[in-house]
Amino acid sequence: MNFLATIGRIFIAFLEVNGRIALFAGEAVSHCVRPPWYPKMIVRQMIDIGYFSLPVVGLTALFTGMVLALQSYTGFARFSAESAVATVVVLSMTRELGPVIAGLMVAGRIGASMAAEIGTMRVTEQIDALTTLSTNPFKYLVAPRLIAGLTMLPLLVLVADIIGVFGGYLVGVYKLNFNPAAYLKQTVDYLELMDVVSGLVKAAAFGFLVSLMGCFHGYYSQGGAQGVGRATTNAVVSASILILIFNYAITEIFFATR
Amino acid sequence: MSRMPKISIRGLKKSFGPKVVLDGVDLDVGVAESVVVIGGSGTGKSVLLKCILGLLTPDEGSIRIDGQEVVGLRGAEREAVNRKFGMLFQGAALFDSLTVWENVAFGLLTAGDMSRREAREIAIRNLAAVGLQPEVADLYPAELSGGMKKRVGLARAIATRPEIVFFDEPTTGLDPIMADVINDLICQCVKELGATALSITHDMVSARKIAHRIAMLYGGKIIWQGPASQIDNSGNPYVDQFIHGRAEGPIQMEVRA
Repeated sequence: MNFLATIGRIFIAFLEVNGRIALFAGEAVSHCVRPPWYPKMIVRQMIDIGYFSLPVVGLTALFTGMVLALQSYTGFARFSAESAVATVVVLSMTRELGPVIAGLMVAGRIGASMAAEIGTMRVTEQIDALTTLSTNPFKYLVAPRLIAGLTMLPLLVLVADIIGVFGGYLVGVYKLNFNPAAYLKQTVDYLELMDVVSGLVKAAAFGFLVSLMGCFHGYYSQGGAQGVGRATTNAVVSASILILIFNYAITEIFFATR
Repeated sequence: MSRMPKISIRGLKKSFGPKVVLDGVDLDVGVAESVVVIGGSGTGKSVLLKCILGLLTPDEGSIRIDGQEVVGLRGAEREAVNRKFGMLFQGAALFDSLTVWENVAFGLLTAGDMSRREAREIAIRNLAAVGLQPEVADLYPAELSGGMKKRVGLARAIATRPEIVFFDEPTTGLDPIMADVINDLICQCVKELGATALSITHDMVSARKIAHRIAMLYGGKIIWQGPASQIDNSGNPYVDQFIHGRAEGPIQMEVRA
C-alpha cells in the first residue's frame, strides 16, 4: 500500500512541476510579446548566449564533424561505400548533431549561469526589489533571456554546421585522402534546404528550452546557497533531457512531411 | 492627522500549509506617520510587509492604500500602486550587475521619462543625502561594506520620492554606531519626504528612535499598539518581556527548530 502511495506521490509531483512550468512559460511568453521591452537586457543576453558560446560550440562541432568522418569511413569501407562519407557528415551535422551538440553545450554554459544568477537574485531578495521598483521580473529578467535563446541558438547552430562540415572535410581530405573537390561536391549535392531548416527549427526550440529551464529553476529557487546549487543542477539536467525529447519530437514532425 | 489612514489593514490572514502566520492583523498607519512593528523572529513581520507590497497574496482580509483596495491587484494596477512605495530590504537587495548609481536611479530609469545623465545626477544627490561621496556612484555593490550597502539601499528607496517607505530590519547586522547612523538617516529622509513609514524590526533601540507609534505582533495578531513613548508602561506582559529581552515570561520560544 505504501509502495503505491509513493508512486502516486511521485506522479502527482511530476504533474505539478509540469503544470508550474507551463504556467511559467505562458506568463513569460506573454511578456515577450507585450511592451515595454528592455532592449539593453536583450542585447546583453544575446551577446552572452550567441557570441560567448562560440568557442565552446565551435570546438565541439569541429571534433564532432571530424570523428563523424572517421567513423562513417570505417563503417562504409566494409561495403565499399566510402564515397558516402561527405553526405553522411553534412546530413548528420545539419539535421541532428549541430543542434543537439550546440543545445547541450549551451544548456551547460547558459542554463547553469541563468539559474545561478536568477536564483541568487531570488535568495538575496533582488527579485522582490524589482517588484517594489515597479519592474516586472518576468519582463526584466525572463523575457530577454527567452528572446535571446530563441534567436541566438539558430545562428550558433548555423556556425556549428559549417564548422562541423569543415571538420569532416579536414579528416576526409588530409587523413582519408579524398579528393578535395569531390568531397565538397558530395557535400553539396545531396544537401537539401529542408535539412538545414529542420536543424535551425530544432535550434530555436532548444534555445527556448534552455532559457526557460534556467529561468524557471532560478526563479523558484529557495534556501540560500544550497538552493541555488540545486536550481543550477536541475536547470542543466532538465534542459538536457528536454532537448533530447524535443529533438525526437521535432524530427518526427519533419519526418512526416518528408 | 487626516481622516483617512494611508495604510489600512483589516483582518489580514496568511497561512503556509498548516502553519498560520498572520491570524487577523488589524493595523492603521496615518499620513506622514512612522509606525514600527516589533515582534520576535518568525512571528510574521516580513510576511505582513510582503503582503502589503504584493509579493505574497493574503488568504483573507483587506489592505487599503489611500482607501484603495490593493489585495489581488495584478499587472499594471499593481505597478501603479508600487510606484507610491519605497522599500529598504534587510540585506539591501542591491542589483549586483548594476553600479551603485544605476541601482539608486533604477526606478527613475525604468520609468523611462528621464535621460541617463539626469538620473545619474539625481542618484548622486540621493547618495549625498545618505552621506555617501559621489566616487561611490561608479562602484559595484560587491565592493561596498554592509553599512554602505544599507545606505545605498536607503538612497534607492527614497530616489523616486515615494509616499510610503517600508523598512525591513534596517539595523540588523550593523554595529551599534552604524545602526544609529542609519536610524538618523531614516528619520531625516522620512521627514524630508513627508513620507509615511512602516518598519519592522526586533531592535528596540531602533524602534524607539524611528517610531511615532509602535505595534507588537505576536501569535499572528497585533497584541498591543501605542505611542512610542508609552512602550515602557504598556501594561502588557508580552510587550514588557519583549522590550526587556527576557527569556522568562508569557512568550515561550520554541527551542525546537
